[in-house]
Amino acid sequence: MTAAARRPRRRRGSGLIMVRAAGTRRGRVGLILTAIVVLVAVIGPLVAPNSPTAFATLPYATPDGHLWLGGDTLGRDALSRVLDGGWVLLLMASAATAVGVGLGAAAGVAAAYLGGRLDSAIMRIVDVILAFPQLVFALLLVSIAGPKLWLIVIAVGVSHAPQVARVLRSAALDISERPFIKVMELNGVRPLRIMASEILPSLVTPIVVEAGLRLTFSIVVMAGLAFLGFGQPPPAPNWGYMISENRVGIVSNPWPVIVPAVLIALLTVGVNTFGDAVARVSIGATGRRSELALASAAIGTVGGSDERLAVGAVLGGEESW
Amino acid sequence: MALRRASPLERHPLARLVLGRLVVGIGTLLVVSILIFYATEVLPGNAAYAILGHNASAQEVHVLEVELHLNRSTIAQYGSWLGNMLRGNPGMSLAASLPVWTVVKARLINSAVLALVSGLIGTLIAVGLGVVAAARKDGKLDNTLSATALAVTALPEFVVAIALVMLFATIVFRILPGISVLPPGTYAWQRPTLLVLPVASLAIIIVPYIFRMTRAAMIEALESDWVEMARLKGVPPLRVLARHALPNALAPIIQVVALTFLYLAGGIVIVENTFAYPGIGQGLVNAVTTRDIPVIQFIVLALAAFYIVVNILADVAVLLVTPRRRFPR
Repeated sequence: MTAAARRPRRRRGSGLIMVRAAGTRRGRVGLILTAIVVLVAVIGPLVAPNSPTAFATLPYATPDGHLWLGGDTLGRDALSRVLDGGWVLLLMASAATAVGVGLGAAAGVAAAYLGGRLDSAIMRIVDVILAFPQLVFALLLVSIAGPKLWLIVIAVGVSHAPQVARVLRSAALDISERPFIKVMELNGVRPLRIMASEILPSLVTPIVVEAGLRLTFSIVVMAGLAFLGFGQPPPAPNWGYMISENRVGIVSNPWPVIVPAVLIALLTVGVNTFGDAVARVSIGATGRRSELALASAAIGTVGGSDERLAVGAVLGGEESW
Repeated sequence: MALRRASPLERHPLARLVLGRLVVGIGTLLVVSILIFYATEVLPGNAAYAILGHNASAQEVHVLEVELHLNRSTIAQYGSWLGNMLRGNPGMSLAASLPVWTVVKARLINSAVLALVSGLIGTLIAVGLGVVAAARKDGKLDNTLSATALAVTALPEFVVAIALVMLFATIVFRILPGISVLPPGTYAWQRPTLLVLPVASLAIIIVPYIFRMTRAAMIEALESDWVEMARLKGVPPLRVLARHALPNALAPIIQVVALTFLYLAGGIVIVENTFAYPGIGQGLVNAVTTRDIPVIQFIVLALAAFYIVVNILADVAVLLVTPRRRFPR
């Protein structure tokens, strides 16, 4: 085996990229913000002083020593509802991210490595799904089967997949051409094995960056759907829905609106900031650290309606004609 | 090999591109329409059940199915549905018992106004800030703007909207209307104050994306050899920025502006519902709640068509500002 054909030694720490990102200032800020909100969401239900669905006071009662955030639209304890209203949102957003990144990675790697008709078929499907705005795609599915939680998770996940597939396809294209893959092909290793045990592990870094970005969007879309009333059915508490159900009483008691809004904001900003730190570390590591590469990673796209004029292609200066 | 004369299309790469994109776009839209149709009419819980409720008798369902042509083969159903769509007759709204077009027309216009105004204002602010930040890279202003952009990028629309309502319409100041209900028969531009907060919400959401890409593209352009050359020649700094750097940064900026408009197609759903603004976003949510399938179909199809049109426009614009991409090497 020649030196060129030997598989590249996996950069030590490419799996530890998140740890390195956490070491940066930006990464620390993101991680701390995220941790605060996750802690509230996870420990909240255990320490909530009252039942989130029991009536405790008058509607929109102002906070007092007993009910720290006052009453919500029906006079339930706003604090207990805040403490109990995050974990479902977090679970659903994480699940949707897993679905989206999993599907997108599989489709992107298959399209890049197997090429040909399968590639164009996958990319056409990607184009079709992209024609639906994410929230609209989820609403369309909800309109068919009603606001079922698993359906919302799948809808949001599937709506992420096309973008993930595009990003990972272009990353996988590069790796598929490397000599060590060619050598494995000549040795008769089956395509499925090459994809699963060689190409996918080489894509850990872009997958992590994508996952961070998609998690941010998942939270935004999930909370948005809940805000519109497509989340858990009432009376279950949900930060997104709390904002819309308590909006009317904003003048009497703004806290049941402010606190969930701030928690959601801290969460999305935290996850996104951490994701940005990961992107910075990874792009620095691959020696392609440029503002444009970072910006396009942040927007999470290789862009436009096809490869030739894709944002990524324009940005990276790769000639793709 | 004899030289072949280039066909008219080959001599006009732009025309060829537009034509190609149109064909692909129409194809995509056709597939999208099939998807929408099958999703809403064929899957279990079809229109007849949606209208009558799930405890309707088989007899009632059958009568309505005949009325809605649900008893025909799905391909025939799709054919007549698509034919009606193309003839500008998207059917009757089930909730309002009015033609879909009557229900949706004013909403379409209102949403277009909202998206266009927010998009334009957001783009102008973001490109301006991006150019300034790039010119003063790593300066105090740049650092502040970049950090703010990073934080705001991730905020959900409704958080921004609610914050604005608290600031300007309820708790802190009371200078703007907190909801944007339009009297029937009036359009958004006839009540500009009602547009302020919805437009501001959307603009705040989109500025960070465009800002970030503009800044990055400008930095890249400013570090190039030709800008260095221009500086050495003694071209004044402002002219370097406007004439030498900006034109070379335009392609990625156009792409991100296009992406932003695509995002707006979804972003209006949340913002319109927050402010009770009578656009298609609010119409869509109402239709989903009442399972008003013809309205859902029409709005989703309109949004998909918008996506395809914006994509084609963006590709053409990118080609216009990057001459070297007009010809395959």
